[in-house]
Amino acid sequence: MFRLETAENPQTLRRIAIEPLTRVEGHGKVTLLLDDADHVHQVRLHIVEFRGFEIFIEGRPFWEVPISVQRLCGICPVSHLLAATKAMDLIAGYDRLTPTAEKIRRLMHYGQMMQSHALHFFHLSSPDLLLGFDSEPTRRNIVGVAREFPEIAKQGVFLRKYGQEVIRHTAGKRIHGTGAVPGGVNKGISRAERDEMRRDIDRMIEWALSAVHLVAELHRAKPEFYDHFGEFSSAMMSLVDADGAMDFYHGGLRALDADGGTIFDGVDYSGYQQVLEEEVKPWSYMKFPHIRSLGPENGWYKVGPLARVQTCDRIPTPLAEMERRKLVARGEGKPVMGTLYYHWARLIELLHATEVIRDLLDDPDLLGSDLMADKGERRSEAVGVIEAPRGTLFHHYRVDENDQVTFCNLIVSTTNNNQAMNEAIRSVALSHLDGKTITEGLLNHIEVAIRAYDPCLSCATHALGKMPLEVDLIDAEGTLVQRARRNMGPER
Amino acid sequence: MSDDATFMLDGRPIRFEAGQSILQAALAAGAFIPNLCHHPEFKPHGSCKLCTVKVNGRASSACTTRARAGQEVASDTPELNRHRRTLLQMLFVEGNHFCPGCEKSGQCRLQALAYDLEMLNPHYEHFYPPRPIDASHPDVLIDFNRCILCALCVRASRDVDGKTVFALAGRGTAQHLVVDCPSGKLGDTDFAATDKAAEVCPVGAILPKRVGFAVPIGERPFDIEPISVQAAHAAHAEPRG
Ligand code: SF4
Ligand code: FES
Repeated sequence: MFRLETAENPQTLRRIAIEPLTRVEGHGKVTLLLDDADHVHQVRLHIVEFRGFEIFIEGRPFWEVPISVQRLCGICPVSHLLAATKAMDLIAGYDRLTPTAEKIRRLMHYGQMMQSHALHFFHLSSPDLLLGFDSEPTRRNIVGVAREFPEIAKQGVFLRKYGQEVIRHTAGKRIHGTGAVPGGVNKGISRAERDEMRRDIDRMIEWALSAVHLVAELHRAKPEFYDHFGEFSSAMMSLVDADGAMDFYHGGLRALDADGGTIFDGVDYSGYQQVLEEEVKPWSYMKFPHIRSLGPENGWYKVGPLARVQTCDRIPTPLAEMERRKLVARGEGKPVMGTLYYHWARLIELLHATEVIRDLLDDPDLLGSDLMADKGERRSEAVGVIEAPRGTLFHHYRVDENDQVTFCNLIVSTTNNNQAMNEAIRSVALSHLDGKTITEGLLNHIEVAIRAYDPCLSCATHALGKMPLEVDLIDAEGTLVQRARRNMGPER
Repeated sequence: MSDDATFMLDGRPIRFEAGQSILQAALAAGAFIPNLCHHPEFKPHGSCKLCTVKVNGRASSACTTRARAGQEVASDTPELNRHRRTLLQMLFVEGNHFCPGCEKSGQCRLQALAYDLEMLNPHYEHFYPPRPIDASHPDVLIDFNRCILCALCVRASRDVDGKTVFALAGRGTAQHLVVDCPSGKLGDTDFAATDKAAEVCPVGAILPKRVGFAVPIGERPFDIEPISVQAAHAAHAEPRG
């Protein structure tokens, strides 16, 4: 049984629900069960996932799917576009893309990584990190950051915008373009577009590097807090390339245990079901995937930036690799596990993305006109996997002889992190909330831990400090004892 | 200004040839009247009513009304455009038209008219009718979700291809497109991807397979120019019949 996952006598305990009422991407809530002395007995993160997502796709023609799936996620559409297209490349019979097509897709993907990571750090998390977790909530937002750290806020805005421009040039539009199609890409890059992107990239690299330093400095200044907040040990998983280096677009699956030992490596992702299993729990819509050989109790893992910077042997660009080594060194031979390391790792990835974008822009293949591969044998089943900003993203399809999708299974990044996020908030609840009277600042500690994962279906999508939150304190008889509300307007 | 072969459309003189409908003459002159079930190569069907204009004060379908000298035709008026928007809204809710995931986006006449006539929302409650797609043919797909019952495929198959692959069955809101063979499956007919009926659908209901998004969104005809502007340009490039 997981620590704090299930309480023995829940009926005798007070229930606190932290319920951010999100509108679009589903909604997440945290429940805490406390006894009379305010000791925490159970903590759960419940997430309402894409319901019916898979069913929506079934019956549709396969070539339409990459475009329609990206519409179902407003947060990282390019990731879904690319994961689905990678699967449909194989379905349609394209094994190897042309160098130009693959590089354009990579450029699009690293652009997405850049815009997503910049948005997350500067807009959603920098207020907590730069202004303080329990700083005045009305000022704990991007406006507050802009007032106190105008240069940092400006750089965040431009880094994000740059990533969006890369997406626009490669996908045709800033959001919900097309770009990738089974077999290649539908749009080349002109010299003028390339030159336009090339103009600012060096400045982006410089700014990304200073953002890494900013967060690294927080850890250096106050290690006992930043290194250990929301700490718990877990396995980690990501794609790495054939040489074990970080690669967001393609590779084999690698999983390491909490000591850094190999659980599996070089796994062809089309066989993901041989190494991973998805479990359903009655209290959450979100599935709990785990590593098959370790079972549901021990087999859970984390994905995303903090996993990736530690599963890979190295980052194949010099500045990011140097920064990665500094992060890894803090573990003194063991992987680091504190939740706030996610931010540091995310910014290292932001830096890496800017370096990769520069290298791609300098690559003559990028301007080629050979956009579509040669077609080979059709397939009836295929898997496409990429490292999305939030972690490993799986798209698995079966298509019948009439070209209609008959089966679809998606494991989105946030689902991979499900158990890990639950562990993170349990860790925070034990070390920061246990035995104390709940305040807004303490509740924000829980949110800070969730937000570090940048979950795509949940609270972190809302601008920080604007998250509507209602916390009810209900006694054993079910009577409302206390209600704390934030950003919900007057009580009705 | 008006002579034997001229009528007035929204105050502008339009010359016509004997036998032309108001719509044909207007389009040939580069004056756009919204239309959906019209196609220059086929006999008018008069079913969508998008082309409704006022001829000497009386509402009539421009595609089925003969042009006559001296007619006063009003088309681009707030009242008629309001009615057109309502018709479009009804078409949108009666079928399942999800433009964001539709491969015809940017080349769909329904979508293009909705933009051109500034339809901002569907207004009515969606029917969400359950309509499976027919993917049985090796080269062409029918997505009934998007059929607007314009009968262009019916006319093309019958009049040009000589095949009667399609028919409209039922009446009123129960009306629907059927594939005219015992199994009702396109794959069991002699339909071919080269048929005229394969290329006339104004929306994304009859589609060549595996083409999808080969042309990027943003570079498609109606992404580049509104349908009304395009009609004007087309008339100047080559007069259409
Ligand atoms: S399938 Fe297309 S062409 Fe045929 S009736 Fe429906 S909308 Fe018209
Ligand atoms: S175009 Fe005249 S009724 Fe449809």
